[in-house]
Amino acid sequence: MLRQLGAVAFLLFWIVAVTGIYLYVFLDTSAAGAWRSVNDIGVMRSLHRYASDALVAVTFAHLLREYLAGHARGFRWFSWLSGVPLIVLLYASGIGGYWLVWDQLALFSATATAEWLDWLGITSEPFARNFLSSDRVIDRLFTLFTFLHIGIPLALLAGMWVHVQRVSRPESFPSRDLAAGTTIALLVLAAAWPVHSLPQANPAQVPAKLGLDWFYLFPHPLMYATSPGALWAMFAGVMVLLLALPWLGRSERLPVAVVSPQDCNGCGRCFADCPYSAIVLVPHTSKRIAPRMAEVQPALCAGCGICAGACPSSTPFRSSATFASGIDMPGREIAALRAELERGIGGLSAGPRVVVFGCDRSADVAALRSADTAALSLICAGMLPPSFLEYALRNGADGVLVTGCAEGACDYRFGQRWLEERLAGTREPHLRANVPPQRVRVAWARERSVGELRHALAAFRSDIAHNG
Amino acid sequence: MTSPARYFLQALFYLPLMLLIGYFSSAPVFVHLPANEALLRLSIAHAGERMQACRERSQEELAKLPPNMRAAQDCPRERSPLLVELEIDGRLKYRTEAVPAGAQRDGLATLYHRLPIAAGMHRIVVRMRDRPQEGFTYVREETLSLAGGDSLLIDFNAARGGLEFRR
Repeated sequence: MLRQLGAVAFLLFWIVAVTGIYLYVFLDTSAAGAWRSVNDIGVMRSLHRYASDALVAVTFAHLLREYLAGHARGFRWFSWLSGVPLIVLLYASGIGGYWLVWDQLALFSATATAEWLDWLGITSEPFARNFLSSDRVIDRLFTLFTFLHIGIPLALLAGMWVHVQRVSRPESFPSRDLAAGTTIALLVLAAAWPVHSLPQANPAQVPAKLGLDWFYLFPHPLMYATSPGALWAMFAGVMVLLLALPWLGRSERLPVAVVSPQDCNGCGRCFADCPYSAIVLVPHTSKRIAPRMAEVQPALCAGCGICAGACPSSTPFRSSATFASGIDMPGREIAALRAELERGIGGLSAGPRVVVFGCDRSADVAALRSADTAALSLICAGMLPPSFLEYALRNGADGVLVTGCAEGACDYRFGQRWLEERLAGTREPHLRANVPPQRVRVAWARERSVGELRHALAAFRSDIAHNG
Repeated sequence: MTSPARYFLQALFYLPLMLLIGYFSSAPVFVHLPANEALLRLSIAHAGERMQACRERSQEELAKLPPNMRAAQDCPRERSPLLVELEIDGRLKYRTEAVPAGAQRDGLATLYHRLPIAAGMHRIVVRMRDRPQEGFTYVREETLSLAGGDSLLIDFNAARGGLEFRR
């Protein structure tokens, strides 16, 4: 669910867009007619409002989740940085939308926003003068409001597109269940708790109390509690902090994948499987080997090793003296993994002997090592070439247990999915059909859940012993 | 898990989220202005008089200028700042000097100030100077009854005689 917050934000954007287009059919873009034209639209207006509010809540939840997951730094800096301006566009879209209905709240919000902008002193006349008397609120102003309320969301959509450019296969729509549940929940809310306009805006009157939409309009009370200058300072401070986050604190530069041209035949599997589009195919340095080869773009590489798992040359059955993969991870080379596997199996004394492949981002599989269990941790489960399972079984292991992040929560996006597809034979390189399925088990595990994993391992071992 | 139980659990999951969205979408209320207060807004955009009066150019001066620039008068661009005072019930509540816009200070001088005041009868005096010389050019005073929630705008419109009180 938390991984899909960004996708839910996309869904909410589309709900807001569709309901907004519907409302626009009825909207009278004039000072006199705007309030009356959308006052009794019904559930669609409420849905427009609530989906917009939910978009704010989901956006901040997404931001918080990505920050806590450490996704503000390193190779993800672009996604983080490109997401920050979207918050400004989201607020500009939402606050501007409130002005279109031209009720008391609209007048309050428009005036407060104008007073805030006027603090900059960049216009010949204060913006706020536009809202001080009825004769100043003219129809052309509403044409401008409408233009902004269509134009800014379009800019937001363009920004969202840019935001996901550096990820391969971005999830821009949530799972069917989540999409249906969210839409139905918002519809029920809109029907049960319909939104109504306040009385029509009247510059001669100042409403004492206002039922604010705190998701969007909280800056107004904040400004009146402090000052426009203070609100600008807070705004600038938050923006600078968000923009600087990728470079604040400890900088941990992970090694990036390295291509070995003499071992790369340009098959393109690493290119297809890289979750961050960090691999491109370029003309091969040796046309004798293949017409093209992989090339890693270091700035985009997450260092997950999924490319090494996708490389058909990563098979441990290769007998060349200097075993090397076409694409490999410095410090966690496939050749070293084979050697570690051989040592691990060789050290097993009791039976049934099980090899556990885990990942560094999940439960620590080293805690499972024992006389009958060898454990190897990879950068990501997706780094594991399926042929290693067969190799382990052929070299003395009775079973292979594969684990990694919690189900559906791969820290490198597609590691789990690609590995499952490779084991199921639906993705290359696939696990060969002659590997007995009862000797292979997948048990995804959350971080700090060694206990669950130990339990899964015991069950697997029991099954192996039982099945013979 | 059976479908009804699954749907029930999903509904339980969505319920607090929707309540949160529904509630903060229009609550809690924000007290913009206490019920027994009115709002006075002083908003003026006006180009003051020139700091130096225009003077007629002599024939010699005109002859030295290119033909397309031979304006009869030489008018320094800088304009006077606006000095504005707001007095309520005999007490000076606000005094400011608004500087003309522009690098040459030849644009509009603008000011905007909001001031909540208690509802009731008030003697309101506004004075404005828009020239370099001493003394106020415009003065407007009125005794007004303001109810809670009223908005009083003090504006300037030269065509309508200067300072004006508008509701």
